[in-house]
Amino acid sequence: MTTTDTVSAAAPPADPPPQPLTTRDGIPLKVSLMRALRREKMRAMLLIAPLLLFILLTFAAPIADMLFRSVENGIVSNTLPRTVEALADWDETSGEAPGEPVFAALHADLLIATEKKTHTRLGSRLNYEASGMSSLFRKTGRRAGRMDEAEPFKAQFIDIDDKWGEIDTWQVLKTFSPPLTSGYFLNAVDMELTPGGIEMKPESERVYLFLFARTLFLSLTIMGCCLLLGYPVAYLLAALPARTSNLLMILVLLPFWTSLLVRTSAWKVLLQQQGVINDFLVWTGIVSDAGRLVMINNQTGTIIAMTHILLPFMILPLYSVMKTISPSYVRAAKSLGATDWTAFWRVYFPQTVPGIGAGSILVFILSIGYYITPELVGGTSGIFISNRIAYHISSSLNWGLAAALGVLLLAAVLLLFYVYDKIVGIDNVKLG
Amino acid sequence: MTESRGAAVRYENVQKSYDGETLVVKNLNLDIPPGEFLTMLGPSGSGKTTCLMMLAGFEPATHGEIFLNDSPINNVPPHKRGIGMVFQNYALFPHMSVAENLAFPLQVRGMGKAEQEEKVKRALDMVELGGFGSRRPAQLSGGQQQRVAVARALVFDPELVLMDEPLGALDKQLREQMQYEIKHIHENIGVSIVYVTHDQTEALTMSDRVAVFNDGVIQQLSTPDELYENPQNSFVAQFIGENNKLSGTVTEVSGTDCKVRLDDGTELAAEAVNIEGVGSRTTISLRPERVEFDTDQSMDNLVKGSIEEMIYLGDHIRVRMNVAGNTEFIVKVRNRGQRRDLRTGQTVEIGWAASDCKALDAVA
Repeated sequence: MTTTDTVSAAAPPADPPPQPLTTRDGIPLKVSLMRALRREKMRAMLLIAPLLLFILLTFAAPIADMLFRSVENGIVSNTLPRTVEALADWDETSGEAPGEPVFAALHADLLIATEKKTHTRLGSRLNYEASGMSSLFRKTGRRAGRMDEAEPFKAQFIDIDDKWGEIDTWQVLKTFSPPLTSGYFLNAVDMELTPGGIEMKPESERVYLFLFARTLFLSLTIMGCCLLLGYPVAYLLAALPARTSNLLMILVLLPFWTSLLVRTSAWKVLLQQQGVINDFLVWTGIVSDAGRLVMINNQTGTIIAMTHILLPFMILPLYSVMKTISPSYVRAAKSLGATDWTAFWRVYFPQTVPGIGAGSILVFILSIGYYITPELVGGTSGIFISNRIAYHISSSLNWGLAAALGVLLLAAVLLLFYVYDKIVGIDNVKLG
Repeated sequence: MTESRGAAVRYENVQKSYDGETLVVKNLNLDIPPGEFLTMLGPSGSGKTTCLMMLAGFEPATHGEIFLNDSPINNVPPHKRGIGMVFQNYALFPHMSVAENLAFPLQVRGMGKAEQEEKVKRALDMVELGGFGSRRPAQLSGGQQQRVAVARALVFDPELVLMDEPLGALDKQLREQMQYEIKHIHENIGVSIVYVTHDQTEALTMSDRVAVFNDGVIQQLSTPDELYENPQNSFVAQFIGENNKLSGTVTEVSGTDCKVRLDDGTELAAEAVNIEGVGSRTTISLRPERVEFDTDQSMDNLVKGSIEEMIYLGDHIRVRMNVAGNTEFIVKVRNRGQRRDLRTGQTVEIGWAASDCKALDAVA
């Protein structure tokens, strides 16, 4: 500011200004301005640097790693490099098992692999694609060292396990030999890579698409319940005088003060068939003793418990938006002749849409990734896709599949965001 | 051109309490004839807005009855009262365009599309915002929003329009301009307007009559000039315009004239307006512009005072004096190029007529 002032003051008035403005020592004004601002930018960057670093290390990098894991498949070519090379010449549609050179290569590879003990890992990896592979590699690995190198390997391998003579085994090996695979993703949408191409899995083995659909459906239901229950509460919070609304706010926030597990367990106590609610209903005679309601270990349980847990996330954004809507709007609408309902629907409600958007997105995203509560109260019919992801991460150790499921979940959320942006507009989201 | 189509309003013994312990409005009786521009003027907390809200239907009266065109409206919900209202911050619906805002009262009345459009257009033209129909309220300046708010309150042809400090958010110049515009709209279409403000200039400029509120009671209900010239009590004298207060005791009353001895012993002749009789305490009210430096012996009151401070204001000079122990005594001298000989610290003689100084109720 000072530089421009001095320039305009010092410049002779007759001078026409076609060239860009400069400071008094001839540096272009823009350059000078940039220099002046650079220090501030640097300082701002330094202040956020620790957080940026933290996020990169603990958030961005793991997500990138997960994305990579969902397609990574180096294990076959790393463990059996010679076999993979030899298999390249084999025609899997020929209907015959590969010839002696491939078995010789396999023997050489297995000798190294058993020494490093990597053959069992390969076995469990291939077991995801075809069952029996794990035990096949274990068994073969134990006996590979005792093979007679003078005799033909093919017969010796088939002698260890007939599977080596079967064409299916080799087809699986060949199909999963490239370093990148779409196998995990196909698996995640109930498809499989067969020698004949990509096919749907047999009906009885399809689980994930159904789970995705159920996750979406339950999340939307929970979001709807939260909105229906939260809207009036948020309205009360915004409309009541400060003293009463503060008390109400404490009640809304009270669930945050207790552990998630405690709350979920409390729902178990309440909802189970010998639980408080059922006992009460039987006592009042509304339901018979034999007809006790099943409200837990199914979808109902998941919906009730999750709605309760996520309700504050709907109420708070709604409240913060409603708080800013002056009561004079509704008054104005009424003075202009609108009934209570018209005043609400045409004047008040449209102004709360940003809050509804924010609350709904928040609740939806949280619920789509929830797994503790569904695990505890969902039984088998109320679990989410996240429960499967957790299972593959911690129990079956099929991280590739877990990663692929996670990526699909992420993609679904992003897609929904996009749709929401197209319909409502993301600028219309207001958290406070 | 005004054949009045305004509504008549009557408050009958209306009382209002929010907490059941104190009365915000104490026994209000007020008659507003059709077509009148009535202003409720008073400091904040005086009950004026509450009176307006009771008329609009947003606050129930605790006691008493309000009549609109002779029918009681206590049990009529706001949307059925057919009263237009302009709010303090306009309350234009932010998610609707200007035209949609104006069409809203017509829509909820089930008016046809063509008629709606025509009425909206006419209302926008009335406030000279013809081309602004498609804009959002947030895209308008304060003054334009104000006009839209007025147009919206008038578009459905109400007989009565209420305005709750509608000009409070505007700057001084715009406020003065809007005062004239609202006044002209009132003159042209002849609705009744009840206007609430705490700004006395606004009240004096626009109103047919002004009700001065304080402490939940109407202190005085008169035309603007009457209010200024003949305040009925000290509060009104103090609240409307500038005023010099002098405390004293009544020594003599004869008809409308009286004599008052000020606390320092000075005797003044005054007009008896609101005193209890000989011996009672009183406050003399005197407008600064009625005091003369060019005294002559025929004046009713002649007093000596010393000049404490002089402020040059262009068209007039404000002289702060110490008169009869009151150091806040203000005299306004019109700037006619004369009397430039006044100096701070001088003691001079000033005078005024007995009819210009009113003996009112005593203030503590």
